[in-house]
Parts: sequence; C-alpha cells; structure tokens
Amino acid sequence: MSGLVDTFFNLAIMRQYLPKVIEGMGVTVVLALAVVASGLLLGTVLALLRSLRLKPLNALIVIFADVFRAVPALVILIIIYFALPTVGLRLSGFISAWLGLSLVLAAFAEEIVWAGILSVPRGQWEAARATGLDFSQGMRHVVLPQALRLTVAPLTNRAIVITKNTALASVLAVGEILYQAQAGYSFSYNPSPLTLGAIAYLILFIPLVWFGRWVEGRFAWKR
Amino acid sequence: METLIDGFFNARILADAMPYLVRGLSMTLLLCAVALPLGIAGGLLLALGSTLRSPVLRWAALVYTDFFRAFPPLVLLLFIAYGMPFVGFKPAPFVSVTLAFFLNTSSYYGEILRAGLESVATGQHEAARSTGLSRWQSLRHVILPQAVKNVVPDLVSNTLEAVKLTSIASVVALPELLYVARQVQSLSYNASPVIAAGLIYLVLLWPLVRLLSRYERQAVTIR
Repeated sequence: MSGLVDTFFNLAIMRQYLPKVIEGMGVTVVLALAVVASGLLLGTVLALLRSLRLKPLNALIVIFADVFRAVPALVILIIIYFALPTVGLRLSGFISAWLGLSLVLAAFAEEIVWAGILSVPRGQWEAARATGLDFSQGMRHVVLPQALRLTVAPLTNRAIVITKNTALASVLAVGEILYQAQAGYSFSYNPSPLTLGAIAYLILFIPLVWFGRWVEGRFAWKR
Repeated sequence: METLIDGFFNARILADAMPYLVRGLSMTLLLCAVALPLGIAGGLLLALGSTLRSPVLRWAALVYTDFFRAFPPLVLLLFIAYGMPFVGFKPAPFVSVTLAFFLNTSSYYGEILRAGLESVATGQHEAARSTGLSRWQSLRHVILPQAVKNVVPDLVSNTLEAVKLTSIASVVALPELLYVARQVQSLSYNASPVIAAGLIYLVLLWPLVRLLSRYERQAVTIR
C-alpha cells in the first residue's frame, strides 16, 4: 500500500512539479476561454449568414459544418500543426490548437443555432416584418431572442466538451496541464505528476460537469 | 496550387500509403466494434444503478459518472498506459485504449440513458406492474424502449464522439488510422496520408453527422 502511495501520490515529486502543473492550468483555462469565445461567435455568425438563404454560401457553410463535425479534433489539430507547414504555413502550437478547436466548436454551434432559428415559427418573422422591422431588426429583436433560448443547453454542453479537448493540445507541445504532467512523468519516471494533472482536471471540470447538468434541466430543448 | 496538390494530395505517396491506411482503418473499426458495445452496456448498468433504491449503489453510479465525465479522455488514457506498469501490469496498447474508452464512454452513455429513464413517467411503471409484469419485465418491455427512444439524438451524438475518440489511441502507438497516417507522413515528409485519413473519417462519419442535424432540427420544431 505504501508502495502504491509512493508511486502515485509521491509528495516530494508532487511538490516539485506542482508549480508547472499550476502553470499548465493557466494555459488550459486561457486556451479554453479563447476557444469557447471564438467558436461560439463564429458559429453564431455562420448561422446568421445561413439565414440569408444565399444558396452557394449556404452550401459552403454546410460543408464546413459537416467536415469539422465529422473529422476528429485530433486529426484537425495535427493537420494544422504538422501538415500546413509543408505548404509554407507555420503556426505555433497554441495558435494551432486554438484555431482547430474553435473551428470544431463553430461547426457544432452553427448547426445548433441554425436549428434554433428554424424553430421560430414563420409567423413570428412575418409579424416582425409587418410591423415595419427590417431583416436585421427582426432577427435581432424577434427571432434571435426566441431562437437562442432553445440553444442554451446544447451550446453549453458542446462548449464543455470542447474545453476538455484542450488536453489534445499536449500533442502539439502546448504547455497545458497534460503536457506539463507528462513532462514531469518523463523527467521523474514516476506517475505522481500525472496524478497531479488528473487532480487539476477534476478541479477545473467537475464544476463544469455539474453546471452543464444544471443548465440542461433549466433550459431543456422542450419548452 | 501545384505545391498544395503535391503536399496534400500527392497521388504517388497516397498509392504507397493506401495499404497502411486500410490496415489502420480496420484497427479503428475493430476498436469501435469492441469499445462501443462495452461502453453502451456499461452505460446501461450505470443508468439502471442510478434508479436503484439502495442509496449506496445510486451514489456510486452518480460519482462514477461525474468523475469520468470530468476527465479528458486523453488524460485517462495516458494515466492508464503510463501508470499501470508501476503497479506491475503492463497492458498492451489495445487493452489500455479499450479500458480508457470503457471508463469514458460508459459514463457518457450512462448520463444519457439516466436522463432517458427519468423522462419516462412513473405511471408507466405502475401501470406495467399492475398488469402483472415483474420489475424486470416492466423495465425491459415498457420503460427501456420509451427511455431509449426519448434520447436517440443524444445517443447518436455520443456515438459520433466515441468513434472520433478512437483517434487518440494514436498517442499510445496503437496502429489505428491516425497513427498509421502519421507514420507514413513522417517517412515520406508529405502530409497527404494525414489528409487522406481525415477524408476517410469524413466519409465514415458523414451519415452520422447528417442524422444529428436532422435530430437537432426535429428537437426544436416538435412542440
């Protein structure tokens, strides 16, 4: 038993790598916040563009959404980080991870917001236009407020899923939690830094899991 | 344009890579065939556990679900792959991956199926019991079919995520599609194999992605 504690909860080693893992938590949080902000924004903008119903544009948006929902995030990150340089575009690990995960979140968010916009009955549109509102006013004051309410729960859950994907950035040598924990493990040849990393993830994500469940109950799809 | 085609869609390199990619794809499919049924079965047990009268079992199911949903799957995988040898057990990559996938996907399926069970009105169970069905018969013939039907979109969405997740097995050198593509890429100094792997995932998962969009739209239009 003491062998197990020494192996997985070696306090001396944990103390040594704690600052690194805390530094990693900072990177994870910054990356996650950046991804959620840009992903949700891009997804909403794409859904709004889609509501203009311009055929060629819509085809492009659908292709974008399908590709980035179907291809695994890790494959996308690897293509951005390892494949783009071969044609002369070199991005840092952090930027690659941010870009890749943002595009994935945007693809899912676009589909969810678009479903929300479609859910608003046509009559609401017609009524808005009949009172003299133009397209963007009708969208802003009448359709979007109703559409977004329905999308809160699925968007929140999607955003939480994508923040967990920040661990994939370790493959691109971004110094987030998992990368730091892994580095600590290989330097010390002891899994305690990994335990520390796992604890760091629990501290960040258990509240998110609970928050997601609360939102799910509060803003369920059904009205 | 020339360099783009040479770098991303190089026919000669793709022809050489094809046999490897096919082998990688079959490993990915094998992984899905093993891990998905295990995850669904585990999730079902968890969901049923959360309906039990014993508070200990109910809490155990809930703690398990939240704990493993909070971990990024890659963290779980590395913890198992790197940590297990320290307790005297060196699992083959396929075993580590299957175990990590089971812990992760069963907790997600469990959460979804739990919500499904809760969505079935209690009167259904009472009615089933009063017609003389046993607890087990009522669950099997009355409750479960309705519970599953209510959460089909979430089950599809989670299955999509689970199949995409198999790509993280590349990090522990399991020769599935992404791993094989990266090997060929580093040997040939050309990104075409990884792009091809991305396209294979796209073809494989595109039907699920389309199905998901349809469910999302139905979820908000049926009121």
